[in-house]
Amino acid sequence: MDGLPHFAAALLCNRPTNLAEKKGAFMALERWIALAFVALCCIYGYAAFFTMDHLLPAILQRNPIWPSTFPKILSVLGVIVGFVVLFSGKSAKTAEADTTKEQSAEDIDHRRLGDYNIGQALSLLALMVAYALLLRPAGFVGATILFLALGGFILGERKFHILIPVAAIAAGTIWYLVQEVLGIFLRPWPAFLM
Amino acid sequence: MLEGLLLGLAAAITPFHLAMVVFGCVIGTIIGMLPGLGPMSIIAIMIPVAIGLGDPTGALILLSGVYYGAIFGGSTSSILLNAPGVAGTVATAFDGYPMAQKGQAGKALTIAAIASFAGGTIGAILLMIFAPALSSVALLFHSAEYFALMVVGLSAIAAFAGTGQVAKALMMTILGLIMGTVGEGALSNMPRFTFGIMELQSGFSFITLAMAMFALPEALFLVLNPARGAQSGSGGEIKDLRITKDEARKIAPVIGRQSVQGFFIGVLPGAGATIASFLGYAVERNIAKGEEQAEFGKGSIKGLAAPETANNAACTGSFVPLLTLGIPGSGTTAILLGALIALNVTPGPRLMTDEPDVFWAVIISMYIGNLVLLVLNLPLIPYIAKLLTIPRAYLIPFILFFTLMGSYIGQNNATELLILVGFGVVATILRFADYPLAPLLIGFILGTMMEDNFARAMQLYRGFGFILERPMTLGLLILAVGLVFVPAYRARRARLRQAGVADGD
Repeated sequence: MDGLPHFAAALLCNRPTNLAEKKGAFMALERWIALAFVALCCIYGYAAFFTMDHLLPAILQRNPIWPSTFPKILSVLGVIVGFVVLFSGKSAKTAEADTTKEQSAEDIDHRRLGDYNIGQALSLLALMVAYALLLRPAGFVGATILFLALGGFILGERKFHILIPVAAIAAGTIWYLVQEVLGIFLRPWPAFLM
Repeated sequence: MLEGLLLGLAAAITPFHLAMVVFGCVIGTIIGMLPGLGPMSIIAIMIPVAIGLGDPTGALILLSGVYYGAIFGGSTSSILLNAPGVAGTVATAFDGYPMAQKGQAGKALTIAAIASFAGGTIGAILLMIFAPALSSVALLFHSAEYFALMVVGLSAIAAFAGTGQVAKALMMTILGLIMGTVGEGALSNMPRFTFGIMELQSGFSFITLAMAMFALPEALFLVLNPARGAQSGSGGEIKDLRITKDEARKIAPVIGRQSVQGFFIGVLPGAGATIASFLGYAVERNIAKGEEQAEFGKGSIKGLAAPETANNAACTGSFVPLLTLGIPGSGTTAILLGALIALNVTPGPRLMTDEPDVFWAVIISMYIGNLVLLVLNLPLIPYIAKLLTIPRAYLIPFILFFTLMGSYIGQNNATELLILVGFGVVATILRFADYPLAPLLIGFILGTMMEDNFARAMQLYRGFGFILERPMTLGLLILAVGLVFVPAYRARRARLRQAGVADGD
């Protein structure tokens, strides 16, 4: 498996057109994803072809279709399509569209991720993970206030006298709506307080 | 049909359902206005609420209200700020924003509202005519044809993905289908591909997946690039909402043409409001003559009416395959399908006979929804527009919080949140590389149904014989192959031709 990425990289370097060279990094990501997809299909296909069928009860084996039939077809199709993406060049039109895209302020060029607020994005993702882990132990209200307030803080808000009350009111209101109106149980406080 | 209409009226005009229409439209408008949040994200966020209602009719009414509300709200921010909230309203900004700059923001909003209303209403009439007809044809289909139809639908979605994107869209579709096979299959109770993880026993939750594919990457993009969705200008004050008789006469034929064209584009799988609005704009610009044509892009009322009519008509059109065949043609209708399945309603040709109240109530609610958007939102727009000034330090944490809440409420399971974040990161990376995400979700939702129908056909014909023995199945499958290969072939030819030109230079 290890050799494959190098092979893909070599393939990229060999592309003759200028545009392709300029777009090298872009294509690399596109193709890395295709490569990862092919790998995924291989694992999936291996599971479908070699690990599933012997678990099937004998009576079901007389069926024309097994639980593994559809996955087998998918894995083969997936490998084929994955290779098509991996080996096909980008069409001139899309490449052109990319160049025009770069000029617009709205889109994100992942090759220059450092120019964007990558720190903020990663901190927010970490905050979401923390929320997922804290939701049960800290209770809904506490975890939510913390999430909204810290989220605002990460994004540059420093007026805590507004931020914290807004977060608290929102957390309380949403808890009320979900628990009382929708009737879905959410534990509001930490376990030791209940 | 009249009987059905009356049934629909009776079901839709209950205080509760009316409240749902109004609530859906208002929420949709408000969130749709926020730049960067598309209708798919909004509907994904609203699904737990809709499922919480427990009433399929109410849920579908609410979600479809949210859908056209979002499109309408998107046009408001397109006109006022040149910051389209949704892709389907990008073309609205072409002429809407110049009008606002000229001090005609009020007029532009009125035209947008009337055009949306007309497009939506004419679309609903067409839906009423075509859906029952298509349903009765679809009743003749067997599982083999259903399987083939789904293959056609999925390939059409890939085929419409754009030049050079077909293979990538197909790849995403297959990834969606693969993800759909995780968990206990319909064929046997044997769990598949769970790798021993208990949480995967019942498969991935489609709400989590929808949030991760749309809402989360949108929010992350807003964080990464503050310029995205920033207010690129102010359209000035909203005053004088009236339009003159002369102007009404000018836009009437545009609205008529674009309602029909938009509707039929919406019916096609893969071609939704976005394609309809761009095509509508282009067609009207080509039809317009002389002075009027020169005005396009500088604040032409025709240029504003065309995409606005077309995108709403297309939204309505996209309900046709969903309601009659049970096959979603767009990401948004795929999410609606997922919500319906969660409520134990299976859309398809039987929906009209088995649950006519659901079917007709949804159609009636479309009329009511369009009316609500016209009479309720138009006067409220200046106030709702104030929402656009919410600072992002408040807005983004709330968006993230709602995506988390949505997937938590659905499953009541904190592991789901970790899956959400993980998939969200993957989806963001896929978006960096320009992989379309809607096909993934559609594949995921259709996967189970496709496998079911495939299995039934296989069992009935003891193998793959159904492909050859049923001419319609064979025809549909050939069509599906054609749909994928024709654009690929044309792209290749265009590329070769371009290469040839370059050599000549």
